[in-house]
Amino acid sequence: MKRIGIDVGGTNTDAVLIDGEKVLSAIKFPTTSDVMQGVVNAIGHVVSSQAPGSAPVDAVMIGTTHFTNAVVERARLDRVAAIRIAMPAGASLPPMVDWPDELRDAVDPLTFMVHGGHEYDGRPLVPLARDEVRDAAMKIRDAGVDSVGITALFSPLTAECELEAAEIVRSVIPNARITLSHTLGRIGLLERENVTLLNAALQGLGRKTIDAFKDALKQAGIDAPFYLTQNDGTVVLADVAAANPVYSFASGPTNSMRGAAFLTGLKEAMVIDVGGTTSDVGCLVGGFPREANNVVEVGGVRTLFRMPDLLPMALGGGTIIDPDTRKIGPRSVGYRITEKALVFGGDTLTTTDVAVAAGLVEIGDRDRVKHLDKALVADLLKRVEAMVEDGVDRMKTSAEGVQLIAVGGGAFLIPEKLKGASEVLRVEHAGVANALGAAMAQVSGEVDQVFSGMSREKAIAEAERIARARAVEAGASVDTIVTLDTEDIPIAYLPGDARRVRVRVVGDIAFMKDEQKRVAGALR
Amino acid sequence: MIRDFEAGEIDPLAVGAWILGTGGGGSPYLAQLNLKKLYKDGKRVKLIDPQALDDGDAVAVVSKMGAPLVGQERLVDPAHLARAMQLMEEYTGRKFRAVMSVEIGGGNALSPFLAGAMLDIPVVDADAMGRAYPEAQMTSFAIGDLPMYPLTLVDCRDNEAIVAKAASWKWMERISRKICTEVGSTAATCKAPRTGREVKDWGVLYTVTKAVSLGRAVLEARAAHTDPVEAVLVHEGGKVLFKGKIADVDRTTTGGFLRGSAMIEGLDGDRGSKVELAFQNEWAVAFRDGQPIAMTPDLICLLDTVSGEAIGTETVRYGQRVTVVALPAPDVLTSAKGLEHVGPRAFGYDLDFKSVFAA
Repeated sequence: MKRIGIDVGGTNTDAVLIDGEKVLSAIKFPTTSDVMQGVVNAIGHVVSSQAPGSAPVDAVMIGTTHFTNAVVERARLDRVAAIRIAMPAGASLPPMVDWPDELRDAVDPLTFMVHGGHEYDGRPLVPLARDEVRDAAMKIRDAGVDSVGITALFSPLTAECELEAAEIVRSVIPNARITLSHTLGRIGLLERENVTLLNAALQGLGRKTIDAFKDALKQAGIDAPFYLTQNDGTVVLADVAAANPVYSFASGPTNSMRGAAFLTGLKEAMVIDVGGTTSDVGCLVGGFPREANNVVEVGGVRTLFRMPDLLPMALGGGTIIDPDTRKIGPRSVGYRITEKALVFGGDTLTTTDVAVAAGLVEIGDRDRVKHLDKALVADLLKRVEAMVEDGVDRMKTSAEGVQLIAVGGGAFLIPEKLKGASEVLRVEHAGVANALGAAMAQVSGEVDQVFSGMSREKAIAEAERIARARAVEAGASVDTIVTLDTEDIPIAYLPGDARRVRVRVVGDIAFMKDEQKRVAGALR
Repeated sequence: MIRDFEAGEIDPLAVGAWILGTGGGGSPYLAQLNLKKLYKDGKRVKLIDPQALDDGDAVAVVSKMGAPLVGQERLVDPAHLARAMQLMEEYTGRKFRAVMSVEIGGGNALSPFLAGAMLDIPVVDADAMGRAYPEAQMTSFAIGDLPMYPLTLVDCRDNEAIVAKAASWKWMERISRKICTEVGSTAATCKAPRTGREVKDWGVLYTVTKAVSLGRAVLEARAAHTDPVEAVLVHEGGKVLFKGKIADVDRTTTGGFLRGSAMIEGLDGDRGSKVELAFQNEWAVAFRDGQPIAMTPDLICLLDTVSGEAIGTETVRYGQRVTVVALPAPDVLTSAKGLEHVGPRAFGYDLDFKSVFAA
């Protein structure tokens, strides 16, 4: 099976072409302001390496920072309608109350707080006020807004109110794009509502981006199904992914981690992905990134949903060093490294210059860093080492030494020996590990919800059934699906044997054209 | 002495209160959001010196009660705290002169400010713990054997309850907890009203000022890139007990308490040693290599070594770099009577209280 993996990052667009597990071609391009042209160029490059008449590409996997960037830049966001079903609770803290002003202004929300929602034990807080929902829907329709986020009190425990409200909204606005909070978030009303509304605000961009990628593929002469990478290390059919753009947040580092797993064959290891400005340290568990279970800020908004557990560090190939204080970072020359760094004739001392001076890597003109004092270089490398050791140690979950895989364009900064690491692994193609991770990705299905009124076995079986159905919907071949992990936590003070069950399954991509069509048909 | 509580004091109050929460008391985040919003809407709160209260003044003691997890969904609404106070005024027929917090540690430090802003009633610069504890009998007012009733409790649905009388502080805890659970494990309460005299005699005084200036010291240290943990120590006359990283966390929920322990492996000068921090909602006892080195009521605070940010028993997790700090407890808690209420034995540890700060 031939696949193309592409990772569109802030600095570089990376692409690989693989056949089975063999890397046929790899390329790194600077990300241009015309992102799609960059994608077309990258695809053109990896495809042109093939012999004429060779088999066509079976699938394309793309990882992108489009959606994170939109939130960070407060641009290209849809006007959103927020319906919160929790009254009379929480009235003093309306939707988006803790968003940065300029982001809230960019989304220019219509907000409605209606009566309804549930208690922690499944009793209704008050009956759902259907007339209030209908009234809100009509106002939303009249304002010409079609992206709606609905959040109900304790919906991760029972989704009843959100489902009913969605039905009412759809009866008034048939083409509404509706995000329901229970499908994304966890307990914590404001954080769950925040991720719901971010997702709603990205609906238009999601559709537009997917269409633009489709055009780019067409332009590059590729006729193959196309998938978007997700932040759990898997891919989803692009048309399905367009509905949940928030799941692509942090998919870049995730792709790198998956690529690292693929390149080394390791399933349990630490990964450090060194980019131009920052490094991310993460942890592979069963070949997939460990998930964070705490509040993660996205563009200044507190969220609590499925995100990889990453430790970002201000250490990259372009990190600026103050020669006087010997302080490393946190600022970086970023993509301007080719004009700013000493080895490129610039005037700024960067970590890359130090690595070149020490002979760790050959980049630019080595003569331009000849003058750097040997003791200074050694001391700076020691400081880098200490930063990396600290980062690895923070993310470890056991005292034993673990294998550390160094990937990314700046992987040369990672020393051969580190305290806390049993071994530092380097691999071929480490610079495009992210694109490889995308190319190799499988399809997953996940469930994380509270089940009550049934036995533990039944609850887990039901969760697995839902997870498998979701995987098939996302493009997995049904025969290849295996359960990745199952976790169930009894909820102490809830009656009815309530337990939170989390199941994740993963399967290979369904390449069969027929199956593809069947999935598409089922979605309609 | 009465003064305006400035908008710029809200963040420091929240930071300081979270540290004085000694791992519990619930995050002040939602209360902080509410108070900022009230200030943005033009509401203001005045802070009154407890010595400025007349002996006969009626003082409300408000708090939010319930399970933190439920609070994260049901949020915090100032209107309900205000309503609990009004209900008490209706029941007793007496107007409140001022309002105070039951505990300066955690989110409830801000509760009287929310009620005060709604009703335009000043907040007393005092509380009844000088820290955070989970139960009604663990207050300075209970230690002083002051009356424990009546109590009012309201929820967001116009459910209002009055506990007219209780046989003891423990009974008050049991009855009010039961009502709270019934309305969804979150409620606003107004505890037994206090007289100005009682506040002056049995309150833990000037704790709002203390929390604000503690928070400010930490925020200023962070901004100046100096050591925030050092700022806490200097400000509070505290002692560093241990420096290390979290190696393991063990949690169970029993009897409404979050119990467990956090194991810390030593770093720097403490390398080779281990500290176990046992908790029951708050950090209760610290054992160094098996030996108790600090215990309630001394304040045991777990701080992020770099930011000085307090780490709660619910948020502590593997790998965090932490400094364990002890701060002196208010005298009322370390008295013989105080120790009956909040000493190690009140939490099931068969230990004689020995203060970190004993000469």
